[in-house]
Amino acid sequence: MPYLGSEDMVRELRRALSNPNVQSDHLRYRNTILKVVRAMSQGVDVSGLFSEMVKACATVDVVQKKLVYVFLCSYASLNPELSLLVINTLRKDCQDPNPMVRSLALRNMTNLRLPSLVEYVEQPLTAGLRDRAACVRRVAVLGWAKLHKLQASSDIDAAVVNELYSLLRDPDPVVMVNCLRALEEILKEEGGVAINKPIAHHLLNRLKECDVWGQCEVLKILERYRPQSEDELFDILSLLDPSLLSPHPPVMAATLSLFLSLCSGLPAASLSALERVRGPLLAACGSASREMRFTALCHIQLLLRSLPGLMGAHYKRFFCGYAEPAYIKQRKMQLLVELVNDENVALVLDELKGYCTDVNTDTAQAAISAIGRIGRSYSDRCLEILTGLLGLKQEHITSAVVQTVRDLVWVCPQCSEAVCLALEGCEETVQDSQGRQALLWLLGVYGERVSSAPYVLEVFIDGLRSEVSPGVKMELLTATMRLFLCRPAETQDMLGRLLHYCIEEETDMCVRDQALFYYRLLHCGIEETRKVLQGRRSDPSLGVLIGRPAEPVNQWARSFNTLEPLKQSAAETESTSGGSPEPVTSVPRPNTDLSLSSLSPSPVDKVHTGSENSTLRLESSADFLASGDGVPLSLSLSPALSPEEFERLWLQRQGLHAERGALEKAEEEDYVCMEEHVHCPAPPRCSPQSLQAALQLVNVQTLAFTPPQTLPWRVYLYTHTRNTHRSTLILGELLYTGEERVKKVDGGDADQAVMEGAVDEPAKEAEGEGRGEEGVKVTLKQQPRDDTALKGFLSILATVLHTLSSERA
Amino acid sequence: MISQIFILSSKGDHLIYKDFRGEAGSDAVTVFYEKVTALPGDQPPVVMSHGDLHFVHVRQGGLYCVATTAADSSPFTVIEFLNRLMALIKDYCGSLSEKSVRMNFALIYELLDEVVDYGYIQTTSSDVLKNFIQTEAVSSKPFSLFDLSNVGLFGAETQQSKVAPSSAATRPILSSRGEQGGKSEIFVDVIERLCVVIGSNGVVMKADVEGEIRVKCYMPSCSEMRIGLNEEFSIGKSQLRGYGAAVRVDECSFHQAVRLDEFDSHRILRVCPSQGEQTVMQYQLSDDLPSAPPFRLFPTVERDVGGRLLLYLKLRCDLPPKRSVLLQDATTTHTPLCQELSSPDQSAELQPHSRAVVWQIPRFPGGTQLSALFKLEVPGLSSASMLEVGPVGLSFELPKVTATGLQIRFLRLSPVQPGASQRWVRYVTHSDSYTIRI
Repeated sequence: MPYLGSEDMVRELRRALSNPNVQSDHLRYRNTILKVVRAMSQGVDVSGLFSEMVKACATVDVVQKKLVYVFLCSYASLNPELSLLVINTLRKDCQDPNPMVRSLALRNMTNLRLPSLVEYVEQPLTAGLRDRAACVRRVAVLGWAKLHKLQASSDIDAAVVNELYSLLRDPDPVVMVNCLRALEEILKEEGGVAINKPIAHHLLNRLKECDVWGQCEVLKILERYRPQSEDELFDILSLLDPSLLSPHPPVMAATLSLFLSLCSGLPAASLSALERVRGPLLAACGSASREMRFTALCHIQLLLRSLPGLMGAHYKRFFCGYAEPAYIKQRKMQLLVELVNDENVALVLDELKGYCTDVNTDTAQAAISAIGRIGRSYSDRCLEILTGLLGLKQEHITSAVVQTVRDLVWVCPQCSEAVCLALEGCEETVQDSQGRQALLWLLGVYGERVSSAPYVLEVFIDGLRSEVSPGVKMELLTATMRLFLCRPAETQDMLGRLLHYCIEEETDMCVRDQALFYYRLLHCGIEETRKVLQGRRSDPSLGVLIGRPAEPVNQWARSFNTLEPLKQSAAETESTSGGSPEPVTSVPRPNTDLSLSSLSPSPVDKVHTGSENSTLRLESSADFLASGDGVPLSLSLSPALSPEEFERLWLQRQGLHAERGALEKAEEEDYVCMEEHVHCPAPPRCSPQSLQAALQLVNVQTLAFTPPQTLPWRVYLYTHTRNTHRSTLILGELLYTGEERVKKVDGGDADQAVMEGAVDEPAKEAEGEGRGEEGVKVTLKQQPRDDTALKGFLSILATVLHTLSSERA
Repeated sequence: MISQIFILSSKGDHLIYKDFRGEAGSDAVTVFYEKVTALPGDQPPVVMSHGDLHFVHVRQGGLYCVATTAADSSPFTVIEFLNRLMALIKDYCGSLSEKSVRMNFALIYELLDEVVDYGYIQTTSSDVLKNFIQTEAVSSKPFSLFDLSNVGLFGAETQQSKVAPSSAATRPILSSRGEQGGKSEIFVDVIERLCVVIGSNGVVMKADVEGEIRVKCYMPSCSEMRIGLNEEFSIGKSQLRGYGAAVRVDECSFHQAVRLDEFDSHRILRVCPSQGEQTVMQYQLSDDLPSAPPFRLFPTVERDVGGRLLLYLKLRCDLPPKRSVLLQDATTTHTPLCQELSSPDQSAELQPHSRAVVWQIPRFPGGTQLSALFKLEVPGLSSASMLEVGPVGLSFELPKVTATGLQIRFLRLSPVQPGASQRWVRYVTHSDSYTIRI
């Protein structure tokens, strides 16, 4: 067909449509109409043909009718007057003996979406509800929903609503489901269709008759139903149980969603439902459709939040395929990071290493940062891989490695040695601003151990004029300042040049202000500067626990089976691509050092020492727990606290004290800090995992710990107490210095015991006796103040520690 | 609930647009395509949002099939529906491509009209739909020499005529009203997808099989079909049946219309197939293949004196002889190359944008070995960049082979069809992802 401008085309088509010869030959007529609809779907404006098409509507040829209706429904809103002409034909069709014609007419009558036609439509719709043919009833039921949307203001007749309710018992399952859908829309303001016991049971019984789509709809609506008794609930659950294993992912997902909402009060039941869907979800992960795979992967991520061990044995399912799209690969890597354990770590790392050289740079970078995440618990192996990647001298790989290493070092300071060795020579390869910022940060913090650091910085400073990113400039300022503190002789000159340039010539206000700030800081003296710039370092002996606490199912159940989990990735990558792990030092926080070997002596409420006291306390706490003393206390983990948040709160409290001094302590109402000694020899020697597990049993979350052998041994933990009337947040630190009271002999014993492990039982017992004198220092911070809750918590904690030590003995 | 559905070609042409609820404007199509083109790479995320509009799309046959929905709608449902819609279009138009959609747009509008009403999915069963769909499919049948090859010298029947031509299963299901009428055929396909990772030391690190039995029915009426699987077929680890080499799968699920009364005793599936394509059974097997993976690779990566990268690949096919495969093979590396291949009908080319060498092997008989030598000019080649070579990804199709060993013993239709009905059983194993690390 020669190319025609849209006007020519419309004119041509109009001539053909009004040609009586064409009209008499129904094949030619149909073909012309076909051309009109084709033009319409290609985006040509053919609304001018409306009146011709209205005429074409009156025909016995069903195919032609359908084509004309496609046209009319698209353009009716532009020609409300002419549309009135169609109504007559449509109403006549509603009387047609052929049910297909009736349903077609009824559907398109309501699809015209013209408020002015409502009065003509109501009557055929009412008749349609009572039609013999199911296909007409299906259309009529939904027609009422469309009508309601057209004139939302005027209420739909109560009789119609009643009729729709009665049609829930229609023999045709699609009519039933459509009734639910229509009622849901019509009664939106009243909260949707009323689901009482008879209706719910009726729907459940007919679930089997519906097809996949109907089942999903019914299951979704049933989520609103609350069973009246436990027996009823379990009847429903056992009725739905087979659907959890449905081969159709939509049904499986809708059923699980219903399970989770029904079992919101029964965590055990919801967890076992999650176990049940493992098979179908894994099958969906291997589905031929990659979009379906992606959806399943995203939902597995949700499930893992509550059941971290759910997929442990199936980690190989999440290895990436060669030709899979990047979005699937990245999700799979996120999953692999969560599934790593001692047995599979070698295989997983090997696999991830393979992805690091992926052609797609995003995938490669995601793989590198995944290795970095695993490095938090298996730092040696991961560092080996990461430093190996630096040898490739690929720009995007090196940049990603440097950023990953920066994040890793902040969490695992023990890796810093290896990192310093690897940093040499990276500066030539890293080009993007994110990577260079990370490199500068590392050079600043570990400058004394990287011999070439000053020269690298000098290159940066010499090229400052051509630098565009203010982030890099600010990072450069901080790094040079830090380096100046440890290697003044080599750095002094370039620091001067840098400050001069940034203050005199720089146009970016942030950079200039920071330079001025450092300049003035230097005037205050070198000690002051050191305090500001080197205040915050993480404690090399502390490791963050990698195992995330299992969240309660309710935290994510609402977003299950919605688009939410599929979209998260964007937000996550944004947050991870942030700058340095610490805030830029322009906000100096003196005295905020977690790693100080002795915490600055906080005001002490009461200090109990000695075994007698603590045993007494324990007895009373046992009473407390048993009888409850009329004050029921419960601990809970939600809302979860991130390590960063914990650190902030903990330090904030400490800072407060340093300012106010001990005297004012008594007046402070909303906050309390106490120290306590608990007699308990074992914890320093039990594995962090068992301690964490034990504490989690009583809903206490441990956040960070020192490895078992080292002294001082330290654990940070938190919990929320729930009382009848108030809830508080408790942050705690367990500190075992072991220095003052350990006799030399015991120290030797301890080492031996560690080396010999569980074999040497008697030795350990003896050791326990030898240590009778000492205890673990517990520092607790509570907000708001609630003494009874705090005491209760302390007794629970003591019980746990004792149980652990008795188990070890 | 679906607000709009539209189908776009990969170049962004509007092929089909249908608005079910009148909530979002028709500019949604443009918004969607702008979002797609704004992204780097050709793999837009499955879900994208623009204000209140949420686009969910699937990509098949080079087409974007997009639905706009609300945020709380089930992604499983929407995606499964879009996949089903594409399958329906394929059933009705014969194949799924830009051309077939363009030619059959009237049929697709008609289909959409019956399948979705006011954004709610009504039915996707082809048994129900066949009563409503009136438009005839226009099928584009490319002229193919293969059709001629079925006719022997002087019209005598050749060997090949006993094999259904591969185009037989790509025709519209409803064309029986037309000139092809009366040809009632049924295809039962056992399709397996292999997902294998072989480490650089030749050890199989992972081997998964996803399989399915797919029935494609062109019979106007068919009351029941019995599909007999291997007697020794077993599910799960515990139960082993029979004495021969067991055919084992880890998990297995069936279409809801399959009756399994004879499955436990005789491994017989009873189905009443509806017209069009449907998956009767799906199964998975992980990590425990009954036979060795079909291909082994022996790579050598070296640096020659001239600073070029030498890549010597020796590929062996461990299938029984007389089986041949279509193969394509890709390795990740850098720029210009010269090549030496072991046989003339193969070809190899370097794709600079994906930094891969693609080695095409049209036919690869079982039990044989092929080799190729690639010399690559790599600027700034260092010993470290040798590590960057690989992995090798193989994509292939193995006809008449199943990795699990699943076979169909018999296929019976009851009652026996009047007239000539043809039953075809086909086996094929695809590579979902077959990776060999170097």
